[in-house]
Amino acid sequence: MAGAFTNTVFGFLRCYVLLAVAGAASRGLAGGYDRAQLATFVWAGQGLLAVVLLWGWSELADRIRSGDVAGDLLRPVNPVVSYLAADLGRAGHAVLTRFVPPVVTGLLFFDMYVPGRWFTVPLFAVSAVLATVACFGCRYLVNSVAYWLADARGPMIAWVLGSGVLSGLYFPLRFMPDWLAVALWVATPFPSLLQTPLDVLVERDPPAMQVGLVAVQAYWAVLLISACLWVQRRAERKLVIQGG
Amino acid sequence: MAEGDVPRPYLALLRGQARAQAAYRASFVIDLASNVFATVMDVLTVLVLFRVSRTLGGFTLREAMVIVGMSAVAFAAADLAVGNIERIKTYVRTGLLDAVLVRPLGALPQLLLMDLPLRKISRTIFGATVYAVALGAAGIDWTPARAVLVVVAPLAGVVFFGAIFVASAAVAFWWVETGEIGNAFTYGGRDFATYPITVYSGWFRRLFAYGLGFAFVSYYPALALLGRTDPLGLPPWVGYVAPGVAVLAAAAAAAVWRVGIRHYRSTGS
Repeated sequence: MAGAFTNTVFGFLRCYVLLAVAGAASRGLAGGYDRAQLATFVWAGQGLLAVVLLWGWSELADRIRSGDVAGDLLRPVNPVVSYLAADLGRAGHAVLTRFVPPVVTGLLFFDMYVPGRWFTVPLFAVSAVLATVACFGCRYLVNSVAYWLADARGPMIAWVLGSGVLSGLYFPLRFMPDWLAVALWVATPFPSLLQTPLDVLVERDPPAMQVGLVAVQAYWAVLLISACLWVQRRAERKLVIQGG
Repeated sequence: MAEGDVPRPYLALLRGQARAQAAYRASFVIDLASNVFATVMDVLTVLVLFRVSRTLGGFTLREAMVIVGMSAVAFAAADLAVGNIERIKTYVRTGLLDAVLVRPLGALPQLLLMDLPLRKISRTIFGATVYAVALGAAGIDWTPARAVLVVVAPLAGVVFFGAIFVASAAVAFWWVETGEIGNAFTYGGRDFATYPITVYSGWFRRLFAYGLGFAFVSYYPALALLGRTDPLGLPPWVGYVAPGVAVLAAAAAAAVWRVGIRHYRSTGS
């Protein structure tokens, strides 16, 4: 409840600021979004933030520091797989408790954009799942730093500060110069965490591009999970050496 | 105990904190650097928004940056001084608060000095720099009254944000699991005060700007410095009396804190 309340207050703040940007921009289009699209972008973004769980996951780092992680390694399931399964369950629950309240609030107080293409909503669902997997991969990697440094606080601060701006939470990445936005999409996973599902939902691009962005997301999700598996193997080898 | 001795225990607490936090030098330097980035991101966000539109809520970038700088330095300094009071819910839950209450010192200053996040000083300095640069770029027509306001307004902002931190933390006395509700008013209030309040509208603006008083942190003082009339119709002298709102907020927060601590029953753990 408390988290949904805070997300909603920030929804109002961000929505008013972006609407003011659109109001003053030429032809009322800011970065290619009209006012209704920006409202949907903000409110769905406030909900999706809690579904992909951009911030506030330090379970793995805490278990590494306390040594409890040894218990995870004894199980017959790879820790990456078991943590991912738990995270998807958490995300499913968050759809009801954290995604719906801000979106309903947005619908009550602002003119929101309603998708027109028949495939947009299912594509958005696929995109949201891929975003959750990719975001889990990022969080897992950041937490894994604790295997080597014992304290993952520094990388976590960097993650919190960087991910908000680069994933499109504070402003749509299309507000930046095109070359920079494209570079972020191709070279970093950040736009795949929030910006892509939101762009898909508000139909910012023609259908081919919409599907293309989701394909980029799938590429990042696979890459990140593979990286997690690789890091986990390396870490386990190191832990055995340490344990004697 | 002589009168002059009163601050001594507090100074000892502060010295201990400074020594402890500077002990791991590399870690402290990383903390200093990463703290600046939070405000760097806020400023970058404003610059990106102005890249898309020439004006925001009827204000140009140069004018808006005075508001951004003023609220950034005020929030960062308040966060440095009292921001860690957010951790009160941990203190209540673990029973540490009981240990604090039995000592013959004020509970609030003890809690603050037990965990003063010195790393946040870098953010305060960066905020002050943004404020100074914005003032220089805004082409202000200096008068003695404005020269006083330019210093008083951010100081009042520190007091105001400090009051918001203490008041939202005091909720923990009634409701241990305050979660993130306080963040809506501390960080939310900071975000609100970062932009000209003309970008907001309806009951939301009335609530945050006038009901909670965030319009008087940076918007009205900045209007007075810039010599602009308020599009929302308040007279020009409001900017000069705006710091009075900080005093009221501090008094209200002190009252909430006092009632809260009297209401506090140990968790017994």
